[in-house]
Amino acid sequence: MENLYSLTAHKLKELMTKGETTPAAVAEQLFSRIEKCDGKIKAVVFNGKDNALKNAVASSGKNGRLAGVPVLLKDNICVKGEPTTCASKILAGFRPPYDATVTRKLKDAGAVLIGKANMDEFAFGSSCETSCYGPTKNPWDTARIPGGSSGGSAAAVASDETILALGSDTGGSIRQPAALCGVVGLKPTYGRVSRYGLIAFASSLDQIGPITKDTEDAALLLSVIAGYDEMDSTSVDLPVPDYSKALTKNVKGLRIGVPKEYFIEGLDKEVEASVRSAVALLKSLGAEVKEISLPHTEYAVSTYYIVATAEASSNLARFDGVQYGLRADNAKDMIDMYIKTRSQGFGNEAKRRILLGTYCLSTGYYDAYYLKAQKVRTKIREDFDKAFRACDCIITPTSPTPAFKIGEKTNDPLSMYLSDIYTIPANLAGLPAISIPCGFSKEGLPIGMQILAKAFDEETIFRAAYTFEQSTEFYRKRPKI
Amino acid sequence: MKYETVIGLEVHLQLATNTKAFCGCSTKFGQRANSQVCPVCLGFPGSLPVLNEEAFRFAIKVALALNCRIQSLIKFDRKNYYYPDLPKNFQISQYDMPLSYDGFIDINANGGTKRIRIKRVHMEEDAGKLMHPEGEDCSLVDYNRGGMPLLEIVTEPDINSPQEAYDYLTKLKSILEYLRVSDCDMEKGSLRCDANISLRPKGEKKLGTKVELKNMNSFKGVRSGLEYEEKRQESVLEDGGKLVQETRLWNADKAVTASMRTKEEAEDYRYFPEPDLVPFVVDKNEIEEIRKALPELPEARGARFKKEFALSDYDADVLTSQIDLADYYEACVKLYPNAKVVANWLMGDISAALNDKNIKVTELGLSPEGLAGLLKMIDSGAISGKMAKDILAESIETKAIPEDIVKKKGLTQISDAGAIEEIVKKVVEREVKTVNDYKGGKKTALGFLVGQVMKESKGKANPGKVNEILKKVLGD
Amino acid sequence: MKTIDSKIVKHVAHLARLELDDKELKEYSGQLASILSYISKLNEIDTANVVPTSHALTTLKNVFRKDVPRKSLGPDEALANAPSKEDDFFRVPQILEGK
Repeated sequence: MENLYSLTAHKLKELMTKGETTPAAVAEQLFSRIEKCDGKIKAVVFNGKDNALKNAVASSGKNGRLAGVPVLLKDNICVKGEPTTCASKILAGFRPPYDATVTRKLKDAGAVLIGKANMDEFAFGSSCETSCYGPTKNPWDTARIPGGSSGGSAAAVASDETILALGSDTGGSIRQPAALCGVVGLKPTYGRVSRYGLIAFASSLDQIGPITKDTEDAALLLSVIAGYDEMDSTSVDLPVPDYSKALTKNVKGLRIGVPKEYFIEGLDKEVEASVRSAVALLKSLGAEVKEISLPHTEYAVSTYYIVATAEASSNLARFDGVQYGLRADNAKDMIDMYIKTRSQGFGNEAKRRILLGTYCLSTGYYDAYYLKAQKVRTKIREDFDKAFRACDCIITPTSPTPAFKIGEKTNDPLSMYLSDIYTIPANLAGLPAISIPCGFSKEGLPIGMQILAKAFDEETIFRAAYTFEQSTEFYRKRPKI
Repeated sequence: MKYETVIGLEVHLQLATNTKAFCGCSTKFGQRANSQVCPVCLGFPGSLPVLNEEAFRFAIKVALALNCRIQSLIKFDRKNYYYPDLPKNFQISQYDMPLSYDGFIDINANGGTKRIRIKRVHMEEDAGKLMHPEGEDCSLVDYNRGGMPLLEIVTEPDINSPQEAYDYLTKLKSILEYLRVSDCDMEKGSLRCDANISLRPKGEKKLGTKVELKNMNSFKGVRSGLEYEEKRQESVLEDGGKLVQETRLWNADKAVTASMRTKEEAEDYRYFPEPDLVPFVVDKNEIEEIRKALPELPEARGARFKKEFALSDYDADVLTSQIDLADYYEACVKLYPNAKVVANWLMGDISAALNDKNIKVTELGLSPEGLAGLLKMIDSGAISGKMAKDILAESIETKAIPEDIVKKKGLTQISDAGAIEEIVKKVVEREVKTVNDYKGGKKTALGFLVGQVMKESKGKANPGKVNEILKKVLGD
Repeated sequence: MKTIDSKIVKHVAHLARLELDDKELKEYSGQLASILSYISKLNEIDTANVVPTSHALTTLKNVFRKDVPRKSLGPDEALANAPSKEDDFFRVPQILEGK
């Protein structure tokens, strides 16, 4: 029999229902796996072993949709009484007095929360290198980054250190690491999953979503966490479909759009080839493929970096040493305390983004930057509205390249920002998008492809993803650690 | 004065909802520090605001009562600044698309009415409270007040004297009380007022250098502060000096304004649309429904009182200036239909007692039924007017019902002719000299004799009857 | 290398309550300049009559909660994470500037 830790949630549930294994056995195996691997990968920043083992025993025989299934949460999702730090020194020691809505839903579904995953500080990054705990390594090549910002979540899933994980996605932070680690990552439609208890990066872009070993697990996990929440004004009061019903191996008549603006200079040849052959495979299975145009794509990164950093500069103002987290010593007065605390507590990338966002909102620059970006955001949204009149889903590469080397882009923030070029538009338009494995480079690094659909049409994404996944073997491959 | 005073007022009003603006914490006043807080109003990371429907409805009511136009698309913005009473270091407020704008209030001025335009009424959240313990180099923060729903009501610079400012505030408060959306208590801080004041030579169009005046905790304080500031600015200008744009604090104890330490740099609040709240739209029908459901406001009620109860302008104004007083008045008149008599009592002895005790009419021990009963006893001759005043005072003091006081003390007036005649005869027999004076033509002596009879009856004799019987006994 | 006036960067840093040493100031000024220059690409688009998007879902409106009290945190829970407290209060250094 396979190791329990290498199984998917749906498989484990099956075994548990048949009485062939128990939540406690799964949890035990998983924590030994973490002990064995995480020294190398550094995906887990808080190990909740003691509680998790207790909860695993307690969840035995329970009926919840995730009863006994281990889940790792990104460190920006609040768990009552447990450390939640956004991988930042400024939140050292912070234990929220409340559960995020997704945390509560997971607990209600019987999931076993095993700990917190590493991330870029406050989700600011595409490489997991800005964490105050040090970088997470890509399980396929530990000299490389796992992607970011949900790099810990993706690396943990890829290295079988967890069964399921949650990440958050503001500009690609679920999909890009999922692609670079060879796992499945879904950013749901904005408003599909409550953001209550997700420590905000950019409120109008953030969404929590699943990172899993296959599409079926992603559908399962989304079914559990999705839904209207009266605590989040931006969550949408629409019924949550049973996403597992969308997992049909059938793309006949599915209209797939391939945007020409995404296949441009800077796109790695191997990535392009993998995505193109993936599209060809779907076509051979009965999908209609057409080239489409999303003309404002080249403005997405600029728009994103204004909107996201402006919102972040305001969202992160609260980290000031008054109520929680770090407070600098020896401040001579209030202002000095603010300045010392924030200067000591935030890392370089956080400071850079706070500065950029503050600048874009400040007197004299607001119209030229922030307002302008909001207007271009409208144009980008309209591009998609128009495109989805001609197709049901859009397929693109997730990341322009496979995983790059640790340290390769840390001194060039702009080139780092450009690695999110394909994932950012979905956030600006609020659309759902998944990344699923679609190949490997010659060096053996995973390649992901992105599937986008209309708002609240995650079902079409699941259908296309499931059909492709079940017709290929890419998703089964695991790194050797 | 050769200068014209220009004043604009900014009122912050706490709305009397059960819960805060964006979370379910209670708004109860005077509770244990940091006991009415939650992740939302503490601004804990991950928390999100959701707008209180009642606060929004209250805001629309106020806007309509102040004759404002309602914004077609209402959005909230973040006002970013660092201060420890502001847990998120931004305040949820409204910037370029406030809830409502372009309203007005008419006040009485120079024998006519004057229109004070209202620039905007918008919603925002309140900050927490800072305390500065004596002798310690720290401050303490209580966030119970943080996140309470506030309205900011801003006038155009249409006010030209401290008295007009006072009248505007009185009128505004009157309207707000009628709407029952706030307790409007300046002492508790549920109504706060800041003022901008500048002077300019008469005839000049351009506004002078303005001073922002803060820290007034009563309407009288606003008026005094403005009066002081008006004189101060005038003397600076008269001496050929220049005014600086600054914030000054009114010191009520010393009756002066003093400059607050100014910041080196101008504030840059970096307003931008609050992404955690969605926009709000109130359609025209809804607005009309709310408008129709508005209670009768002071002006309309005053007009009705004049017509229905034949009151003077002055009486109608006074009686309708406070909703509780107007309600009390109407309740009394229903039970005791002589409207003028009720008005006199309310505006006389009762108002005096309210002022004296600094209480509202609703806190008065005497109910409208009690007052009506008292007035009926006078009419029936059961008690005298003088007795009624004493009974009223006692009723206010002890909260006892007037009829009960009368019964308990056996205060009922003696109107029985036989009983009075007996006392009269006794007095006439005793006061031989005065009786002779009277009979000798000194008619004023009668007053003394009446007084003696009243004294003999321990004040219970009906004075009218005493007069009548005395004259009869004396053979007039 | 392009740069922006370090005075502006300093001002912005102060607005954000951050303090930069000379080395950081130089580094950030350069990086911000190159990012801003990349961002200025947006000026290529005519947005004269475009309505700005501040929410991903433009159809969502009028989301309220009822005016019904929910359980608050007690002072103990509220203050559990406080770096400094006194009785039921958060304690902060003295405030020197006027507000």
